[in-house]
Amino acid sequence: MFFTYLRRELRRRMRQAIFIGLGLALGIGLVITVTAASAGVKDAQGTVLHSLYGVGTDITVTKAPTAGSGGGFGFAAGGRVGTATRPAAGSKIHIDTLDGLGLGTITTANVSSVSGLKDVAAAAGGLTLTDRVVSGTVPAVNTAGGGFGGGGGGGGGSFRSNFHVNTFTVDGVDLVNGELGPLSSAKLASGRTFSSSDASSNVAVLDSNYATSNKISTGSTITIANTKFKVIGVVSVPAADNTSDTFIPLGRAQTLASMKNKVNTVYVAANSASNITGVSQEISKLLPSATVTNSSDLASEVTGSLASASSLANNLGKWLAIAVLAAAFLLASLLTISAVSRRVREFGTLKALGWRSRRIVGQVMGEAIAIGIIGGAVGVALGFAGATLVSKLAPPLSASVGQTTGSATPGGARTFGGGGFGGGAGGGPPGAGGGSGRFAASASHTVAVHLSAPVTISAVVLAVVLAIAGGLIAGSFGGWRAARLRPAAALSRVG
Amino acid sequence: MYKLTGVTKDYQKGRSTVAALAGVDLVIEDGEWLAIQGPTGHGKTTLLQVLGGLDRPTQGTVDFDGQDLAALRESQVTKVRAASIGFIFQTFNLIPTLSAQENVEAALVPLGAGPAERRTRAAAALESVGLGERLRHLPSELSGGQQQRVAIARALVKEPKVLLADEPTGNLDEDTRDEIIALLEKLWREHGLTLILVTHDSSVARRAQRVGIMRNGRLSIKQDTRHPAGG
Repeated sequence: MFFTYLRRELRRRMRQAIFIGLGLALGIGLVITVTAASAGVKDAQGTVLHSLYGVGTDITVTKAPTAGSGGGFGFAAGGRVGTATRPAAGSKIHIDTLDGLGLGTITTANVSSVSGLKDVAAAAGGLTLTDRVVSGTVPAVNTAGGGFGGGGGGGGGSFRSNFHVNTFTVDGVDLVNGELGPLSSAKLASGRTFSSSDASSNVAVLDSNYATSNKISTGSTITIANTKFKVIGVVSVPAADNTSDTFIPLGRAQTLASMKNKVNTVYVAANSASNITGVSQEISKLLPSATVTNSSDLASEVTGSLASASSLANNLGKWLAIAVLAAAFLLASLLTISAVSRRVREFGTLKALGWRSRRIVGQVMGEAIAIGIIGGAVGVALGFAGATLVSKLAPPLSASVGQTTGSATPGGARTFGGGGFGGGAGGGPPGAGGGSGRFAASASHTVAVHLSAPVTISAVVLAVVLAIAGGLIAGSFGGWRAARLRPAAALSRVG
Repeated sequence: MYKLTGVTKDYQKGRSTVAALAGVDLVIEDGEWLAIQGPTGHGKTTLLQVLGGLDRPTQGTVDFDGQDLAALRESQVTKVRAASIGFIFQTFNLIPTLSAQENVEAALVPLGAGPAERRTRAAAALESVGLGERLRHLPSELSGGQQQRVAIARALVKEPKVLLADEPTGNLDEDTRDEIIALLEKLWREHGLTLILVTHDSSVARRAQRVGIMRNGRLSIKQDTRHPAGG
């Protein structure tokens, strides 16, 4: 009887039921779409953060460069950096150096200290370096004193045009804690990645973009700091514009860059997400001069259309969905009360027949919940459609992470640094200038990400709960009205 | 069956109090047919509501088979209504979305009857009022007389002790009125019901054993034949 009565009543009030159901469906569809868009934005943020941070890394530690560091190099015959000795005109120059981008260094002992901190699951050191190859023929130049200097920034164009400069980035990777650091989010495209036995070998893994553009494949040989490295694998790293070009074992990087027992980035994983802030604070205490950045710090630095989308989803979208849902609930409640008011005689008759108020309230609530469930089902469909539209129509988003010198972001650090190639006659003091000026400037990374709007099971469950809640709220008001009816109302029209 | 003692019912109408029942004393015997007449607004329906436990008196007792309906909890009164009291209304009061059979079944729901039993008993009840061929018809597909027959079947399907009818022929033409009254009379006789019928129609009232007149909330007995109807 309950279901028969319910079904027939809904059929009788079909237009009203459709109206209420559509209101709920719209609200629930919006909730699902906004939830999906939020999840998509979160995923996109995760993609950006992982690309900058590495999967599994919760905190990075870097140090600001010391003043004047990161300078360029002068050159001389034989490639001695900073010498004022002038190479003879016509002599061939080939200089291949590896240096640390001007980031401050942290000792490996400090890395061990960090890994020993409470709530730290693992810590790995990383060395982000730049390999610069300068090659060419020294021209005949008339100079009035002074030698070749690396610094100064100025320089004669004709002199500079005689030299070819090639730079690429090199990451020294801690093979013991390989789950952290720059390769943690990499996917192997060919060959293999590092094993612990590679620690002292001259082996390299290449980023796929770099390998493709330079036509290098697994098994080839590359030169880093005048040392031959065998390419053992090629990897692709998400948001590849932030990744290094090459990866070599940390120990080899330290040796070649003359940075024994030094790193310039420490990747830290906390043992739980709730401990990240605490661990960050502990590291700051341990290394007061270091810059400690965790993912939430980094997320707050994300700007660009991704941040706008996030703001849109979290603010406008959320409140719009809440407003529509609240309006739908209110509408459903008012219409249910109105329907009950029109059925006074019907419910009075049922009470006269001996139906308990509870049963009548249950009938009213059942009808409202049925409308809610139907509205919820339509809302889920609308939500899926909305999420699909967002996925299909949303333009690619860009995320920019503004960085200043010494930022913890390894990816950020990669874009700046790199000493200037000063050149020209009559330069300043050998070995100075160039890069340090650049380090003072801020830099930013822009990562393009596609916004998808995944509808999760939890969002669907939320929709069903909201639909039932909408029905319950509307049914409660209607039921309350029905329960208050005097059974005598059945006879009120006569006598 | 019924013993009403000093029953009053006051309603607030704005600032003034209206006495719908102004001290009604009444005894109704088992199997009696009592007709109640009177002008509109003089308490006929209120008296019927009090007798059916749909409303509580302001004062007085309504003894029904040894239970004071005025003092029972609402849930207990509901049980009494469900098991022992059948109602027939002037406007039939059928549930418009339910078929004739389902409307009759609705009276068995509070008694806890299972679906199969409900269907069987409802069909039999409709058969007894001459609507065996109309089980699946909606109220809107039935004439006024047929709808009232459904209402009568609904009132009788639970085999109540009392049948309270409030202007059951008020919305019917003369022929149909006579059919319905004849049917009620037949059922009253066959089932040994106590029938309390409110009507404006003197020709209907005359068929009852007793006729009471409600005026200004007071009841006076005008006719008391205590003989089987037929006159």
